[in-house]
Amino acid sequence: MDKKKKEVIVVGGGLAGLSCAMKLAEKGCHVKLISVTKVRRSHSVCAQGGINIAINLKGEDDSPIIHAYDTIKGGDFLANQPPILEMCLAGPAILRMMDRIGCPFNRTGEGHVDFRRFGGTLYHRTAFCGASTGQQLLYALDEQVRRYEVKGLVEKFENHEFLRLILDSEGKACGIVMHDLFNLKLQVLKADAVVIATGGLGLIYKKSTNSTFCTGAANGRLYMQGMKYANGEFIQIHPTCIPGNDKMRLISESVRGEGGRVWVPGDSSKTIVFPDGTTKPCGKTGEPWYFLEEMYPAFGNLVPRDIGAREVLRVCELGMGVDGKLQVYLDVTGLPPETQHKLESVLDIYQKFTGDDPRKKPMKICPGVHYTMGGAWVDWPSADDPDRLTRFRQMTNLKGCFNIGESDYQFHGANRLGANSLLSCIFSGLVAGVEVPRYIDTLSSACENESECKAALHLEEQIQKELLSKDGPENVHKLHDELSDWMVRFVSVKRDNPDLEKAIEKIKEIRKRYENIGMTDRGTTLNQTYVFAHQFKAMLEIALVIAKGALLRNEFRGAHFKPDFPQRDDENWLKATIATFDPKQDEPIISYEPIDMRHLDPINRDYTKAKRVKPTLKNIPEHIELPL
Amino acid sequence: MDKTYTLKILRGTPGNQFWEEFDCERHPQANVISSLMEIQKNPVNNKGVVTTPVVWEQGCLEEVCGSCSMLVNGKPRQACTALIEPYIKETGSTTITLAPFTKYPLIRDLCVDRTKMFDALKKVKGWISVDGTEDTGQFGPSISPEVQEAMYVLSTCMTCGCCAESCPQVNPKSEFMGPAAMSQVRYFNSNPTGKLEKSDRLRVAMGDDGIAGCGNAQNCVKVCPKNIPLTESLALIGREASKQAIKDFLGLPDEGK
Repeated sequence: MDKKKKEVIVVGGGLAGLSCAMKLAEKGCHVKLISVTKVRRSHSVCAQGGINIAINLKGEDDSPIIHAYDTIKGGDFLANQPPILEMCLAGPAILRMMDRIGCPFNRTGEGHVDFRRFGGTLYHRTAFCGASTGQQLLYALDEQVRRYEVKGLVEKFENHEFLRLILDSEGKACGIVMHDLFNLKLQVLKADAVVIATGGLGLIYKKSTNSTFCTGAANGRLYMQGMKYANGEFIQIHPTCIPGNDKMRLISESVRGEGGRVWVPGDSSKTIVFPDGTTKPCGKTGEPWYFLEEMYPAFGNLVPRDIGAREVLRVCELGMGVDGKLQVYLDVTGLPPETQHKLESVLDIYQKFTGDDPRKKPMKICPGVHYTMGGAWVDWPSADDPDRLTRFRQMTNLKGCFNIGESDYQFHGANRLGANSLLSCIFSGLVAGVEVPRYIDTLSSACENESECKAALHLEEQIQKELLSKDGPENVHKLHDELSDWMVRFVSVKRDNPDLEKAIEKIKEIRKRYENIGMTDRGTTLNQTYVFAHQFKAMLEIALVIAKGALLRNEFRGAHFKPDFPQRDDENWLKATIATFDPKQDEPIISYEPIDMRHLDPINRDYTKAKRVKPTLKNIPEHIELPL
Repeated sequence: MDKTYTLKILRGTPGNQFWEEFDCERHPQANVISSLMEIQKNPVNNKGVVTTPVVWEQGCLEEVCGSCSMLVNGKPRQACTALIEPYIKETGSTTITLAPFTKYPLIRDLCVDRTKMFDALKKVKGWISVDGTEDTGQFGPSISPEVQEAMYVLSTCMTCGCCAESCPQVNPKSEFMGPAAMSQVRYFNSNPTGKLEKSDRLRVAMGDDGIAGCGNAQNCVKVCPKNIPLTESLALIGREASKQAIKDFLGLPDEGK
C-alpha cells in the first residue's frame, strides 16, 4: 500500500480499545475512536481487584509459565493455549509499561509494585491500586490516548454508537456506519481496518455486575453480518455481589484475597456431599460454617469463581442461605484495620448501597452474572506456525475486522481466573496495535467501496425510519425484563436441558413480540428508548447463541454446569462452540472447532488438595515476539 | 407509611424546560436510577398523562464511572448512590426533585454535555510523557507507599463535575476550569516522571482559566463523591503557581529540566 497514513477505526474505549488506540497512534496510524460514552467512563473502571502478572516479587518461585498453567487449567482446557502463553509471558512488560505511564499501583516499603493473592492460584501474583485497579489502569491509558489526541493522531467520536460494518467489493472491512447518540444522525466512517473492543454482554441478563453500556449489541450486529461467535454459553457468575433491583454490585475477590471469609450459620442436622465424595454435616449448629474452607482446604475462600458460585448455590438450596434467601455472609469484621483500609473503596460501596457497615457486620452477598468468556472468534497463528505472517492475530473471520478484550473469546476458556481480564484486555489491545498496521501493509491498493458505503448507510436509514415509527403495544424495556428474568433463571449458574429448551422458545417468542413494540419516544434528541430498541434486536440473537450453545453442550465444564451431566467430557466436548447466523433459520447454526492444546495435556481440575506444583509446558516456541 | 413517593423532574431541552412529576413505588433498596428505570417501562406522569421516558446518563451504577451526575434535591451528586428511603427520612417529604447540572450545555432532561471537563485535561497536560510503550525492562521510578496513597486519592477523580457544579466561580462570566482540573495538575506534578513537566502545568494553572478563578468558597470538597482533598489541591497549586510566576519573572530554569 502507498505511503498515505493508515486509517484505523477502534470501536470501544475500555482497556482493550485504549491500549490498541495508543499502540496504533505510536505506530503512526490515524485512529478514529468510537464510544457510546466518554471513554474514561468505560466499564473497565469497575474492575476492582487487580491484574495478574507473574514477576515473583514474593520469592514464591512464581513465573509466567506457572501463570499460563493456572490460566489454562482454570479455563478447564477450553481455551487455545498459545495466546494464553504469550499473554502471561507479556505480563511483566505490561506491568512495567503501566507503571511508567503513571498507574498508581500499591507499593511495598521499598517502593516497588506490591502484589496480593487472588482466586484460582496459590501465588501472590496480583498487582493492584487499592480496590479500583481497573479505574486506575483505564485512566492511565486514557491519559496516553489524550496525549495522542492533542497530537492529532487520535480523533474521538464519543457519544457515538457502532451500527454496521461496511465491507468493500472484495469483502474486506473498509468502514462503519454509526449514529450520534445526541441527535441520531447517521454517518459513515471509512478506514483501512476496524477493531471492535466493545466488552461484555451483561445487560442481556440485566441484573449483572456490568455497566449499562455492556449490551453486547456490537458483537450481535457483527454476528448478524456473518461474524463467527465462539463459546457463547460460557458466562462467568461471580460468587460475591450485592443483590439489587437495578444491578448486581460486585464485591471484589480481593476481599477474600485479603482474608475475607465466606460462611453461613451452621446446621449439624443437615448434610452435604463434599467435593471428595464424602457426606458430612453442614457445620455445627450455632457456629459459623466456613463451607469453602472445609470443602477446599488448599484454596479455601479463593477457589475459582465458578466453583465458589456453585457452592454458594448448593448451600443455599439446602435452605442454609442467610435470612432464607440466596445469600451468604462474606466476613471482614475480623481483619485488622490496615487490611480493611486496603479494601476501603469496596467496603464503602457496600455501606452506601445497604446502609450497613461491613467493618462491623458481615456482608450479605450472592452470586451474579459477571463476565463474558465467549465472544467473537478470532485467529491466533502461533509464533512458530509456518503461516504466522500470512495470518493475523485477533482478526475475526471478516477480513480486516479485528476483535479484542472481553468481546473476543480468546483467553479464558470455560472460566476466567480473577484478575486475568485486565491483563487479557491490555494484551489483546497491544497485539491488535501491532497486527493491524501489518495487515494494512499487505493491502495492495484502496479498494472500491463508494457504492458499499452508500448501500450500508441507506440500509441503516431504513432501519431507523422503520423503528422510530413502531406503534405496537409492547414496551421494549418490559421485554428486556422478561428476557433477563429467563436468562438469569435458566441460562446462568445451573442449567438443564428442558429449561434451556423452554428458554430458547421464550427468546424466540420475545423476538416475535419485539416486532410489535411501540416507540414511547419518537424524537431524535437523545432518544434513549430508540437506541435501546435498536440494541435489543442484536441482544436477542446473542441470547439465542448462549442458550443454544448451552443446550447442546452435554457436559460440565468450567462455568457451564449441568447437573444431569456432572462430568467434564473431553472425549466428546473438548472443542470450541462456533455459532453462525443464517437469516433463513430461526436459530443459530452451531458447529465445533478443535482446541489448540500444544502446551499442556488436559488434567483434572482439582482444587481440594492442590499443592504448589512446578508445572512445565511443552513445545514453547523458541522465538516469541511480544507486542511491546 | 405512604406506599409511593414522587419524583419531580426538571425535563426538556434548552429554552424549553418544564417540571414533570411521577409517582413511584417505595422499595427498601430503591435509588434514583432504579426509579427512573421503572418510569422507562411505564412513562405516565402523576396526572395520568402518557409522556416520553425521562432521559439521563448512567454507566456503572457503582459510583466509579462518573456518568450519572445530577442535582438531587438541589445538590450535585451521583444518582446511583442516591437511595430513596434515607432522603424521605431526612427531609420528611415524599417528594424528591431531580434536575440537570447547570454549568454545562443541556442536551435533554437530566443529561448535559461535560466535554469541557475533558478539554481541561488536555490543557493541563494530564498525562505522563513517556518516551514510548516499548519495553526497556525498566519500571518507572520507585514510589513510597505514602506518596502512592496520596496520588491514588487524587487519581480516583471520575470527572463527574460535581465540584464545578457546586462552585460559584464556575459561571458564564468566568473561564475557570474548575477544581477537578487543578487537582489533576497536583496529581501529575506529584508523579516522579510527571514532575519533569511541572512548570509547564503550573503555567497553565497561572492562566486566566486557571487557579486565579478559585474564590475559596470550599463547596467543591463538600460535594466530591470521592472525598478528594480538592481545597488542599487548590491551595497547593495556588502557592506553586505563584512561585513559578516569580521564577519565570527572574528567568530561572524550570524545575526538573
